Amino acid sequence: MFKPSVLLLTVAAFTTSVNAAEEVNVYSYRAPFLIQPMFDQFTQETGVKVNVVYADKGLLERLQNEGQNSPADLIMTVDIGVVHDVKTRGLSQPVASELLEQNIPQHFQDPDNHWFALTSRARLIYASKDRVQQGEITSYEQLADPKWQGRICTRSGKHNYNLGLIGSMISHHGEAEAEQWLTGVKANLARRPEGNDRAQIRAIAEGQCDLAIGNSYYFFKMLNNQENPEEIEWARQVTPIAPNQQDRGTHMNISGISLAKYAPHKDNAIKLMEFLSQDEAQHMYADLNQEFPVKAGVQRSELLQSYLGDFKQDELPLVKIAETREAASKLVDKVGFDN
Amino acid sequence: MAFLSYSRQRSINGQGWLLSASVAAIMVALPLLSIFWLALFPTDNIWPHLLSTVLPNYVITTLTLMLGVGVLAGSIGIVSAWLISTYHFPGRRVFEWALLLPMAVPAYVIAYVYTDLLEYSGPLQAWLRELFSWKTPRDYWFPPIRSLGGAIWMLGLVLYPYVYLLARASFLEQAATVKDAARTLGCTPLQAFLRVSLPMARPAIAVGLSLVMMETLNDFGTVDFFAVKTLTAGIYDTWLNMGNLGGAAQLAALMLIFVVVLIVMEKQGRSRQRQFQQGDRFKAIQLHRLRGFRAALAWISCAVPVLAGFIVPLLDLARYAWRHAEQSWSPDFLRLAWNSLALALAAAVLCTVLGLLLAYAKRLYRSRLLSSMTQAATLGYAMPSAVLAIGIIIPFAAFDNTLDGWLRNSLGISSGLLLSGTLFTLLFAYSVRFLAISAGSVESSLGKVTPSMDMACRSMGYNASQTLVKVHLPLIRGGLLTAVLVVFVDCMKELPTTLVLRPFNFDTLAIHVYQYASDERLPEASLAALLIVLVGIIPVILLSRTITATRRYRIQ
Repeated sequence: MFKPSVLLLTVAAFTTSVNAAEEVNVYSYRAPFLIQPMFDQFTQETGVKVNVVYADKGLLERLQNEGQNSPADLIMTVDIGVVHDVKTRGLSQPVASELLEQNIPQHFQDPDNHWFALTSRARLIYASKDRVQQGEITSYEQLADPKWQGRICTRSGKHNYNLGLIGSMISHHGEAEAEQWLTGVKANLARRPEGNDRAQIRAIAEGQCDLAIGNSYYFFKMLNNQENPEEIEWARQVTPIAPNQQDRGTHMNISGISLAKYAPHKDNAIKLMEFLSQDEAQHMYADLNQEFPVKAGVQRSELLQSYLGDFKQDELPLVKIAETREAASKLVDKVGFDN
Repeated sequence: MAFLSYSRQRSINGQGWLLSASVAAIMVALPLLSIFWLALFPTDNIWPHLLSTVLPNYVITTLTLMLGVGVLAGSIGIVSAWLISTYHFPGRRVFEWALLLPMAVPAYVIAYVYTDLLEYSGPLQAWLRELFSWKTPRDYWFPPIRSLGGAIWMLGLVLYPYVYLLARASFLEQAATVKDAARTLGCTPLQAFLRVSLPMARPAIAVGLSLVMMETLNDFGTVDFFAVKTLTAGIYDTWLNMGNLGGAAQLAALMLIFVVVLIVMEKQGRSRQRQFQQGDRFKAIQLHRLRGFRAALAWISCAVPVLAGFIVPLLDLARYAWRHAEQSWSPDFLRLAWNSLALALAAAVLCTVLGLLLAYAKRLYRSRLLSSMTQAATLGYAMPSAVLAIGIIIPFAAFDNTLDGWLRNSLGISSGLLLSGTLFTLLFAYSVRFLAISAGSVESSLGKVTPSMDMACRSMGYNASQTLVKVHLPLIRGGLLTAVLVVFVDCMKELPTTLVLRPFNFDTLAIHVYQYASDERLPEASLAALLIVLVGIIPVILLSRTITATRRYRIQ
């Protein structure tokens, strides 16, 4: 039966040491294929090995319970809501780095230096080239206009990207008006929310809907997808629109990074943070992922620039978006947006 | 039970059984207790909001899904198991193991594949549009694959083997004499089946169905992909979007009530049933030869589930894998496949040993406490996996940090995190998750061994452990292998728990598939998905043959 010695041996066999000298441990909410190239580059230049656990949920709970013995040095996140959670739950520590201060604009970092944005992205409206006139839609607010009835596609209202957008509507218009707007958009949906942003663009190409809401990089990645030429065809049939250029600007969100409170390899972790904020990595983000670099002077990808140009971005503090996430989530339930 | 008079003497050996089983049951029940503990501390009260908005919808959707999948998987599983173990018809020998193949296909993979084939842009609808010159989606109606109905079909197609496997094992274990007696009394094979075999197989079928229901309840990949709002979806939403883990745990506790009701109903239903097989296991089973129309019907009934649940997804994945071989082949695949395989095998063996330990201790000691602990321990199967993972993180991290603190204080050394974030945690998690399968399977086999066997053996002076090895293990080999097989396949497919608990730089095939598929990049995910299926079917075929080899057939 259970012999303690056997159990201990088993445990010893299964426990892996993460205490080697030159390495850094990352808990990542970002998909590996989006950041692995940057990590590889970092390892090549510094000799520091990057160990990653990627998951789309549960990492914060893991970090919290591991407490002061946690092996994690850095937390990488894809949405301001989660970035903010890391700080409010006391899982991060401030970073004092001149490089980061130089490279990352003030509105893209936490006032107390608990998190830093590495990239940003816009929530765009995509319109069918054939079935929507140029200038026919120019703002998020117009998505609720009855003229679009049965013509809009979007992913689940519960997804972080949509919660961010709904949160920004709540911040700008108040909850009552935001609810009216969301009810209007719901009435205009061509189908129940399903799929991801990529799938919405495809749905326009296939004629299932005329408008869609989606993050900026999806479209440009599709346009650039040499591996799957079908996607290029789909993307060519839609026009990306940066909404609200006449007023507050387009809704933005970020991917970010935080230093874990008990980071065992603090120096290497800060080294990696700094590396990701420098020109080389920022260019990689722009060209490989089609995201917006945050460092001033780093060019966006040519493709992206040719479509969107220098558009106006909503300057609403990102923390506001994070703070309205729960309200946005409840609003989605109340309106029955996903039903 | 008469043989318990022997254990009045309470040999040391027997006490050992009870003790280790209790420890195992408590260990496995820990994560569930953690979740109940979490449920006591919600960040705010979610119920008013949920009740007034989405909860009724979650509950109705969940019940409909469970009922639908139960009916579909149950009918496919029972009918095919009955045909295979009663009749002889062309292709029967192939179908006997081929019917298990859909088990190796993860539900989320079959969902991706059928979406790809049946959605608006898929080949079928494109062909229909061509045929009838329809232009837009508004010109015609086609059942939407991403829907509750679609989810029922997907889950039913990959879960029916659970019922098939257990029902067939039960039909095989049934003494041929019983059926022969029914036949001499003038029953047709069909009547003999309905009046004798089916009622006798009820416990096994009930276990199979409850596994199907729990799998359904636990599924997140498929319902998420199809945007079907079940309780599980609601649990994740409350946790992640409302930042309320406590509230999510409360919902999870509500979901467990569903499961407990299921189990109690099932137990009530067969509380008066006890049967033991007499030792004519070596008598060959008679198979009736079917001809003509009936043979064709039997063939079709077995072929359709295999085609829809296995061949079609396999071909579609192979098509993509072939077309995108260069982008999807990664040198890591060998490592990923090894990780999946080794982990799944280790977990399957561990889980079966645990299941055997609990089932045998229950047999030795009709202890109510142990029974209810075991029952509670098997609830892990129905818990949404990511929530269960949190339930595992809590006690493990607490143990590690307590030990570390104590060592620092008393000896000045640090043990760090001894267990958290290691493969050991992951193996433990799989054991908690799949104990229901192994315990259920072992118990239903063990229950058929008559106690007089135990008495005979014990009266010869053997102790409990020797009796187990000499008498029980050979008799319940089929049940043990079934447990190993099902747990193995389930671990190969397992996703949410693995995602949250795994060590650094450790990936499995399932995780690789998920990363691409969640980005709706089926082409890039197809090769890894194909590998899961292929690696998964090898043991399915091997074990299935071993299980079959326990009986001989005689064709009439």
